[in-house]
Amino acid sequence: MATTWRRWLVVVPVVALAGCAGVGGNRGRDEVVSSKDDAQSSWAGRATGSMTTMGFGGEDEVGQSRVQAFKTANPDVDVTVNPGGFDAQQFLTALASGNPPDVVSMDRTLIGSYAAKGAIQPLDDCIAGQGIDASQYRPAAMRSVTYDGHPYGIPEFSIVQTDLVDAKTLEAEGVDPSQIQTRDWDALAATATKLYRADGSNIQRIGFDPKLPDSFPLWAKINGVDIVGEDGAPHLDDPKAVEALEYTVGLVEAQGGWTKFKSFRDSFDIFGADNPLTLGTITAFPMENWYVNVLRDSIPRGLELESEIITDRQGQPVSMLGGSAWVIPKGAKNPVAACQWAKTMTSTDTWMKAAEARMQTVEKDKSFFTGLFTANTEADEQIREQYLTQAPDPGFAHAIDNYYSVLDKATAVNPSPAGAEIDAAWQSAVSRALEGIPAAQALQQAQGEAESAYEKAAR
Amino acid sequence: MSGRLQRQETRAAFGFISPWVVGFLLFTAGPMVASLVLSFTDYSIVDTAHGVGLANYRELAEDPRVRTALTNTVVYALLYVPAATVVALGLALLLHRVGRAAGFFRTAFYLPVMTPAVAAGAMFLLLLNGQRGLLNEVLGWFGVQGPSWTTDPTWMKPSLAVVSLWAVGGSVVIYLAALKNVPVALHEAAMLDGAGPVRRFWHVTVPMISGAIFFGVVTHTIAALQMFDQAYTMFYGPQQKASASDSSLVYMVYLFQNAFQYFRMGYASALAWLLFVIILVVTVVQVRIGNRFVHYEGSRS
Repeated sequence: MATTWRRWLVVVPVVALAGCAGVGGNRGRDEVVSSKDDAQSSWAGRATGSMTTMGFGGEDEVGQSRVQAFKTANPDVDVTVNPGGFDAQQFLTALASGNPPDVVSMDRTLIGSYAAKGAIQPLDDCIAGQGIDASQYRPAAMRSVTYDGHPYGIPEFSIVQTDLVDAKTLEAEGVDPSQIQTRDWDALAATATKLYRADGSNIQRIGFDPKLPDSFPLWAKINGVDIVGEDGAPHLDDPKAVEALEYTVGLVEAQGGWTKFKSFRDSFDIFGADNPLTLGTITAFPMENWYVNVLRDSIPRGLELESEIITDRQGQPVSMLGGSAWVIPKGAKNPVAACQWAKTMTSTDTWMKAAEARMQTVEKDKSFFTGLFTANTEADEQIREQYLTQAPDPGFAHAIDNYYSVLDKATAVNPSPAGAEIDAAWQSAVSRALEGIPAAQALQQAQGEAESAYEKAAR
Repeated sequence: MSGRLQRQETRAAFGFISPWVVGFLLFTAGPMVASLVLSFTDYSIVDTAHGVGLANYRELAEDPRVRTALTNTVVYALLYVPAATVVALGLALLLHRVGRAAGFFRTAFYLPVMTPAVAAGAMFLLLLNGQRGLLNEVLGWFGVQGPSWTTDPTWMKPSLAVVSLWAVGGSVVIYLAALKNVPVALHEAAMLDGAGPVRRFWHVTVPMISGAIFFGVVTHTIAALQMFDQAYTMFYGPQQKASASDSSLVYMVYLFQNAFQYFRMGYASALAWLLFVIILVVTVVQVRIGNRFVHYEGSRS
């Protein structure tokens, strides 16, 4: 009797806790609707009830005006906007507990993994049910949210890169801005070395920062290869990727070596008045479009900005396209409101209201507009035409023009069911190469790890 | 004591202890058992779990990153535990000698424990910067060329140990309490026998506080093997992705990555149980060895 009692004492908590932890739970897949029409109609109609968001900071005027646009258009929806950026742990635990947010803003690079695991819902019926015009979004952005032929996200912002340059240093060193280019790698290496300064073992100025490890996919692209194939399979040890890594590691080695280079870079106040372009501690690097907005405040401190479009080795403009997207988690309790939210937050009308709010702030601050880079082609064109008058600083005007000019040429890393593992694999490989392991060996190991993860995920 | 009174007291004792028992079952033992169950599944947090037998444990043995992470963690523990013990004991000895404003100094040394580990990690990234950090600046005054603490693979684990010392105040308080319990009569007797400060420290103070030191070593070892916060902030946070390397990968970070980045909660649970067994074995060995050296008041030895 006593033995039986003890046995139940062990078994009951195990079963109960396993249940609490979500073992066996698969609510989203149980909610399968019978036909295509039924599915679409379940996403159609007017949004009502309450809904929660996750991953959307939105504290600035652009975010606030868009939230207001949704509330005005949907007065019957009680929205709770949870502050803070996307946190994978927070999201997954909410999902496991059966209480996920209704709509989430996440980086588009995560969507392949999340879609493959069934953490987020395909949005074909949302798009059809709410009549979302998917053609308004930039094709490369749509491609990055499409997995296995289905869209899993509604693209929101766009992030692209050009080389940003400290023109003052360039002039002092007698280097023409056109020499900051990525077509002729030997010439770029010579320019970087010429602009580099050190006092003994202390670096004083980085000539050209290839921005490793983050920009490795961009350098592979410059050399003509995608590190993730159309099917989501990794190609990390492609000879062109190896060549790109060898070259960029060489750039770092020629400018003090990784440990010193990285320490020096870590000391930068990227977001502050003493940012590296203003202080002259870096002369050029590939940087994203949002940074121009940060640098604008440094004009009174003497920043002279210049910008050069990044090209491949044949001279054609290239950029990686990043940004966020709205996704609807599995088990979302108010998918209609969530779908309406994703539609409204990314529509041309809403973006125009956001641009108007930004213009008011800019006028109040006696500053100037540096652009609003959305994933909506139509909105970008209208905002550019209506609000983006010539910036008073020619360097900034050139940089903003450059960013807009690469928007439609930029491509995203292809989505993969093992996107997170592939990312981790190439980042580790780049770190190993920077620490002295031959690039080919580092990428071969990464390819093995990524391939193994891809095969497991694709099963 | 009558049988009735004894039963009443037993019931009262169970009543008092029951909140802890319930808390322990729900929030410690329960999740542990659940994670043990999950370690035999392919649970991904999102999807239905399927039993996979011992596959996760077999993978642990073959996964090269497990070996890397374990090696890094053990090296870090070997650096941190002796350093934390010596620093905490040294600070406790200093505080023990402070007369006036002792309360202020005790509070001051304990305050860093209250600082969030993430904030401490971010602060030390600036202090330990190899090119412009304060530490290398000070070393430079004495003609010493400091290393790249946070970016050189050789120095990543020592710098992590230095950062962890920031929160050693908890042990300082325990050692200080132990020092205050050392009978003055023992010191006086040793002094009468001609023992100087050093001999009194080794032959009176250390044996009398050996229980507290042993407790400190065991808890520091467990904490070191479970290191996460500072390592994640310094080398894996959103702003620090470029620092992530094979040299900075500690075990708990790899476990976190599997659980919440790669959707492999089943495998992460197996990783957690491997760490549990390692900590258990290390602690048992420490207790076996420690019992030979620790002086327990009132014990038969």
